[in-house]
Amino acid sequence: MAAADTRAPGRARVAVAIVQMKPVKGRYDENLHAAGEAFAQIGDAVDLVAFPEAAFTGYFLEGAVYDLALDARRFAADLARTWRAARGERAVDLVAGFFENDDGTYYNSALYLHIAADSEQIVHLHRKLFLPTYGVFDEERFLSRGRKLGTFETRFGRMAILICEDAWHAIVPTIAAVKGARVLLIPSASPGRGIEGDGELLSIVRWRQTLVSAAVEHGVFVVYAGLTGFEGGKGMTGNSCVIDPHGNVIVQAPAADASIVRAELDLREIDLARASLPLLGDLEAVLPDLLLDEELPLPRGVRDVYDR
Amino acid sequence: MTFTIVEAPANTPRPPGIDCAVTAEWLTAFLRDELLFRRNVSRAVVGLSGGVDSAVTAYLCARALGPKNVYAIRLPYATSSPASLSDAQLVVDALGIHCDTIAITDAVDGYLQFEPDADARRRGNVMARTRMVILFDQSAKLGALPIGTGNKTERMLGYFTWHADDTPPLNPIGDLFKTQVWALARYLGVPRPLIDKAPSADLEADQTDEADLGITYARADALLCELLHGYNDEQLVEHGFSADEVALVRRRVDATHWKRHLPTTAMLTNTAINEFYLRPVDY
Repeated sequence: MAAADTRAPGRARVAVAIVQMKPVKGRYDENLHAAGEAFAQIGDAVDLVAFPEAAFTGYFLEGAVYDLALDARRFAADLARTWRAARGERAVDLVAGFFENDDGTYYNSALYLHIAADSEQIVHLHRKLFLPTYGVFDEERFLSRGRKLGTFETRFGRMAILICEDAWHAIVPTIAAVKGARVLLIPSASPGRGIEGDGELLSIVRWRQTLVSAAVEHGVFVVYAGLTGFEGGKGMTGNSCVIDPHGNVIVQAPAADASIVRAELDLREIDLARASLPLLGDLEAVLPDLLLDEELPLPRGVRDVYDR
Repeated sequence: MTFTIVEAPANTPRPPGIDCAVTAEWLTAFLRDELLFRRNVSRAVVGLSGGVDSAVTAYLCARALGPKNVYAIRLPYATSSPASLSDAQLVVDALGIHCDTIAITDAVDGYLQFEPDADARRRGNVMARTRMVILFDQSAKLGALPIGTGNKTERMLGYFTWHADDTPPLNPIGDLFKTQVWALARYLGVPRPLIDKAPSADLEADQTDEADLGITYARADALLCELLHGYNDEQLVEHGFSADEVALVRRRVDATHWKRHLPTTAMLTNTAINEFYLRPVDY
């Protein structure tokens, strides 16, 4: 069991603020400035700030992604400088989505950044695994896929980042949780669609079902940062929210407003949720058997190692 | 750019909620299944005190079995409030169920005349156990089953007489907190006087549950709900309960743990009942 080293030492509560950005398409500096204004309005008690996917450029960029993609260190430095300009030397952790240029290979990425008084550290960089390339989406035409789902230690315990479609494949939050993540950070940009629902767009309803399922099944907090604003007629659905490990949506933003969503995560809820519904523990015991199912398309050689 | 601030609501203690329609339907199915199909009994006996718990139980039984198969029995003692009798009558009239009134005064005093020093608690326990003797005997006479009326709040706080209120083999409302019973009562159409009056065991003059317990049902239910979900005392205080409330409820729950179990039996063999010999109740 790896439980002991995945818990936040001494921190039971984490004050989270989600900045539901409404970016101006392609105007990186303007959007960075808006983030600075959000930092100024965010309130005093904040430990972790979450931004959506593509929060500083807009999502639908097509070929312009090559103009706007950034090296991760440059993006981290810009975020840290903007934070310090607004909040001085106060420490904070940030998670934010951006288009990454890694020496000419382009990714839809999000980084987890710790900002101290005079330095910043990229704690983790996640590259989106599942690039939607169907219907209105065209990511894989312009971007490369991430190849690894990492979990990482923070001041508040172990976490994982899943970008948008990553979270729609149930096995991704599952693997994150099995690898010790107690908080799932999900930057997203979801164009709304489906008007046959009852009071909400169907895509919003589906998102919430997906997020609640992930939280309940694994006993994790879910912090969902949704982009808002229209992009060429496609309306991003916002609805940034925090879901506790029992599956309760404890706060949720509206679809259309640039918003700051504030909530406090009481990390002790994770243990209570897992005590009452120990599905994650059950899964850890059975998962090896499931993965060694010879009907599964495992990479060549993997089964040979186990069979030896 | 100005951002709209959206705050998570503060975690203020709230009594547990209830979907009354779903609950009523579920409990009606429970009573039908246990009585008609599992035990082949079509009649129910309910001790109707004039309070909301037994009223809700009677309403559920009437739904499950039809009013003609429900036998309400009023069991007053000499000092019982007259309002208890008249409030019970409101339920009988509203449902059209059978009703009998059997005073327990002679039976209780027949014993207590030899125990002049018995305090209120002992006297109350004798009354509660006498009532149960009668409910079981009336059930035997009618070919019925007595139905329990204890709610979850009083069960968790141990606010009941062991092997009296908790004795009937079926209890439809034992997993409902008192505030949920009130909500269900409103949904079922229980007469307002029974819902609006201060709950009382009616074992002594001017007695009320909340005065006895030292906490309101609304606060107790909200606290119990969180306590049962595993929150520790520190977290309960963080959630808005006072340290005194937490201590009071925790003390009552812990001190009455034994009342929620069968008697402790010394195990001597490897066939000890409920230790080695294990069979579910519906086996």
